[in-house]
Amino acid sequence: MRTSAFLLVMAAVAAAVFAAGHFLGSDYFFFAGYTVLQFVVLATAWNILGGYTGYVNFGTAAFFAMGAYATVAIYKLYPLPIPVLILIGGVVSGIAGFGMGYLTLRLRGAFFSIATLALAVVLQTLVVNWRFVGGSRGAYIIGPATVPILGNYIEYLFLIMLTLAVLAITAARAIERSQLGYGFATIRDDEVAAEASGVPTLRLKLIATTISGALMGMAGAPFPYYIGYVEPASTFGLAYAVNSIAMPMIGGTTSWAGPLIGAILLGIVQQVATVTISSAVNLLIVGVLMVAFVIIAPKGIIGFFQDRWRAGSGG
Amino acid sequence: MTDLLEIGGLSKRFGGFVALDGIDLAVKKGERLGLIGPNGSGKSTLVNCICGTLHNEAGSVKFDGKSLAGMTAHQRTRLGLARSFQLPRPFMSLSVADNLRVPLLYTVHAREGRKFTHAEMEDHCGEFLRLVGLADKAKKLPRDLSMVEMRKLELARAMAAEPKLLIADEAMAGLSHVEVDDILALLVRLNERGITIILIEHIMRAVMAFSQRVAVLVSGKKIADGGPQEVMRNPEVERAYLGQ
Repeated sequence: MRTSAFLLVMAAVAAAVFAAGHFLGSDYFFFAGYTVLQFVVLATAWNILGGYTGYVNFGTAAFFAMGAYATVAIYKLYPLPIPVLILIGGVVSGIAGFGMGYLTLRLRGAFFSIATLALAVVLQTLVVNWRFVGGSRGAYIIGPATVPILGNYIEYLFLIMLTLAVLAITAARAIERSQLGYGFATIRDDEVAAEASGVPTLRLKLIATTISGALMGMAGAPFPYYIGYVEPASTFGLAYAVNSIAMPMIGGTTSWAGPLIGAILLGIVQQVATVTISSAVNLLIVGVLMVAFVIIAPKGIIGFFQDRWRAGSGG
Repeated sequence: MTDLLEIGGLSKRFGGFVALDGIDLAVKKGERLGLIGPNGSGKSTLVNCICGTLHNEAGSVKFDGKSLAGMTAHQRTRLGLARSFQLPRPFMSLSVADNLRVPLLYTVHAREGRKFTHAEMEDHCGEFLRLVGLADKAKKLPRDLSMVEMRKLELARAMAAEPKLLIADEAMAGLSHVEVDDILALLVRLNERGITIILIEHIMRAVMAFSQRVAVLVSGKKIADGGPQEVMRNPEVERAYLGQ
């Protein structure tokens, strides 16, 4: 399927989801759905670097928070419409992704991951000490109660995140099937052999960190309007880093569908657990599922079925 | 004939260990050079320095009249230098055909400044796979291949970059008599197409049959360079291989 056709299909699915929510008429559906979709974007973004090129990024929260705090800073100066804020968040985090890539991509394996973790800690310290965006006290962002046409504000936010998810998935799928996707795969498999085949590995890794960082920032930009109150400890929360790694791992990292399946599955389980048990149990669920998948299906749901299919077809 | 590859005073150390010590070597366009030496004599290190996988501390490498100093490995590949690895390093998550697609996409595209159509791409991949006899395994993953097939894939991937100079680093180790002949015939065919080839090999039968000229490395120094028969009669080479 061509990318344009795929985009139309995804848009149709998204429209159906939105229409279903609208007729359901429940604010909770949109409120919980927003979080799930936010994780769809974060997991897809993480997977572009972590799944396609094999560089494990522990700093998702840093890029997410950069998008969120860009919004807070702009809100204090002059409130802009959310789509513009998403673009700004994307640019800020994209630049940060490029910079991080430039500084750290000569490191391989665990060393790269530790450097990304350090980035999150450094940025959190900076934000805690930055009084303009509220420092450790946090900042209140008051969105309007209603918007034109749609009426309900949470529906508007949901629609924005839905659009972002569709665009992120379409971009990930397009990358996967392009020359870039082949290049990323060779980096994951063997960087020395990739260079010997003419793949400019450093440049491709920078492209991956930039795209991945930008998408994470875009997911973070509307967050202050969604949550209403932003403070460093939760915006840089462990849950973002853990979830955005766990979701692609559970779904399968080599294809765009993996993070989507993982995020929807894990996201919904977490939302249900938040309502029925407690929100503190979320990370426990992630941990148990991760362990289970590492044992039963190390290549995630997609990999599990691909292997079955391969074995079944005798090849 | 002009020199395609000129190496002058090339040295490489690993800490206190001198792996290569002032190597001079020239390879003419269209030549078939055999490079031999005992294990640990620096053959693979030399290949790594030529191809940019390692950086040499001293000396120069010129390819096709251009100095390669400061060039990354992928830039050298695009200039027309291709190598196979001693231990096959296929892209494990890509199919056999897709393994060949990588140098086509990233080297041949970049060099010619045009994109292949889908059909041209398939043709090219198919051609190289037929050449090494892997046509029926195109859709398999490398892990489903035997060691021999993996070595053939390694060679095919180097060939797919359409190089001017191909360095085959022990492409025949562990192969049977017939398989060695297969690969030799393949390399000769490539050479007839005008590709210069450096063959690094321990199988003397192959080296003697293939090479127009043989260079011998011992402990990071080049001790002999000349016609195969003449080099084999060299007392220093005999000493290095057989001891005194």
